Amino acid sequence: MATGTKFELNMGAATREAFGRAIVELGKVNKDVVVCDADLSKSTMTTYFAKEFPERFFSCGIAEANMVAVGSGLAASGKIPFVSSFSTFLLNKGFEQLRVTAAYPNVNLKAVGTHSGISIGEDGPSQMSIEDLALACALPGFSVLSPCDEVAMRAVIHEVAAHIGPVFVRAARAKSPIVYTEGTKFPIGGSHELIAGSDVTLIAHGLLVAEAIRASEALAAEGISARVLDLYSIKPLDHAAVERAARETGAIVVAEEHLIDGGLGVRVAQTVAETTPCVMEFVGVNNVYAESGGPDELLDKYNLRAVNIAAAAKKAVARKSAL
Amino acid sequence: MATVTGTRSAQELQAVCKQIRRHIVTMIHAAKSGHPGGSLSAVELLVSLYFGGRMRHDVENPKWKDRDRFILGKGHAAPVLYAVLAEAGYTPVDQLNTLRRFGSIYQGHPDRRFIPALEASTGSLGQGLSLACGMALAARLDGSPARAYTMLGDGEIQEGQIWEAAMFAAYHKIDNVVAIVDYNKIQLDGFVKDIMELEPLADKWRAFGWHVIELDGHNMEAVNAAYDEAQTVKGKPTVLIAHTVKGKGVSFMENNPKFHGVAPTDDELTKALAELA
Repeated sequence: MATGTKFELNMGAATREAFGRAIVELGKVNKDVVVCDADLSKSTMTTYFAKEFPERFFSCGIAEANMVAVGSGLAASGKIPFVSSFSTFLLNKGFEQLRVTAAYPNVNLKAVGTHSGISIGEDGPSQMSIEDLALACALPGFSVLSPCDEVAMRAVIHEVAAHIGPVFVRAARAKSPIVYTEGTKFPIGGSHELIAGSDVTLIAHGLLVAEAIRASEALAAEGISARVLDLYSIKPLDHAAVERAARETGAIVVAEEHLIDGGLGVRVAQTVAETTPCVMEFVGVNNVYAESGGPDELLDKYNLRAVNIAAAAKKAVARKSAL
Repeated sequence: MATVTGTRSAQELQAVCKQIRRHIVTMIHAAKSGHPGGSLSAVELLVSLYFGGRMRHDVENPKWKDRDRFILGKGHAAPVLYAVLAEAGYTPVDQLNTLRRFGSIYQGHPDRRFIPALEASTGSLGQGLSLACGMALAARLDGSPARAYTMLGDGEIQEGQIWEAAMFAAYHKIDNVVAIVDYNKIQLDGFVKDIMELEPLADKWRAFGWHVIELDGHNMEAVNAAYDEAQTVKGKPTVLIAHTVKGKGVSFMENNPKFHGVAPTDDELTKALAELA
């Protein structure tokens, strides 16, 4: 994505939809790709794979712990298993299995969690995954990815299938504005600078990438030059891009649909602290469980909008100036 | 393919069992910690698989694609598996006494980073059956004759994940998976019946859709026959409920909850080795 492109942010498919389509593409070219689901295939969209390749789709019932470890067994015998559920069930109910059967022996398991964040809306906090990145990043050897649109998700799924090692991919329920053009590459450990800027850097992943773009455009109108960086690879992190942002802009805002505790923000802060200390602000779910409501109502109430990112950016710029 | 075949008589296998038991008590004594009771109870069940020709494996080709898999769900019984792997030629016998020490391949619980012949890293109870199901499914997809065996502790099957996996295996008709319950009736805190009763255990597995074989887990002929019977069962998974004695072979360890996780003293080792001579 060339810096300086004007973003139309037309609404695209949900990233879960893109995931469902991408694993069918993979299944067609690689018979070792198999899928496990825990009675949510119509929501995680693994139903497409189930219809196309019923002999390679394993219904696990509502039993995520078993599903994850079955996936690890399949992987240990040479398969490329995608195990999928809502992020909150996959990470919370399957965490011990992700740890002992996948991370510790470094097994080639691909875990994909959909319905991440609070934008799932009406179902409420029991279904909302706001701590999945903290948990997934606490697994040594895991790669953790949070693509922001259908283009990114498709590319990421192909990337993780080719990668040897355990992976967690975070997908959303709601439709996502299209940020990328087909053909953009998403290597594990990479990032994309979407808008150039020199006063502050807005770092985001997932749904908040589009919000960060809108925030940058709003800030530009006020004379603030805000770089936008999509850190879709939560782990490993593109340390060089973060360090460059810290050095060149001196102020960073990290925005994410995840708890601030244990999210991308703290990972970025570690790199900043270790390399180029600078002013930082954090936009995320702040030590609270959300509630039922429409996705837009919730993103408004819990301060996960462009306006919140822009406000944090202005605060960061002011703090930088006061140094 | 050169595999370890079942040419040994039950009597010869009993001699192997005795040697395995000597290794178990000696290495746990050397380590000054470990789990003798549940290692000693599982000896015949493992010796039949690895030395009695019941499991297809090849020490010259440990990553043979069509090998049968063995997963020690009850990972704390690592000493019995280490002794078996060493006697079978996968790992050095002369390092068994480094068990649990820094730098040893014989880690406290099975760790495949240190021993590539291990099919899984275990130690957190409840996960072996799910792993075995995944491996058995992979074999089925590949048209491979490989089977997956997993040994479960009786206490271990108190874990909910075991029953998730039990449902899964029956629903998917995974007939190349065999679960072995080392039913020695003792867990860490005491007798199973006093911690969390499992009975009626055979009925539970039957209700979950499994073919159940109950047997004396120390009778070598019965153990061999049970594995042979499991081979013939089609369309459903098989569980061996092996009635065993915790600490089997060492009089003062038998049926003694203390020796779930305590190493023998110097005197106790001498006594144990005399009994196992």
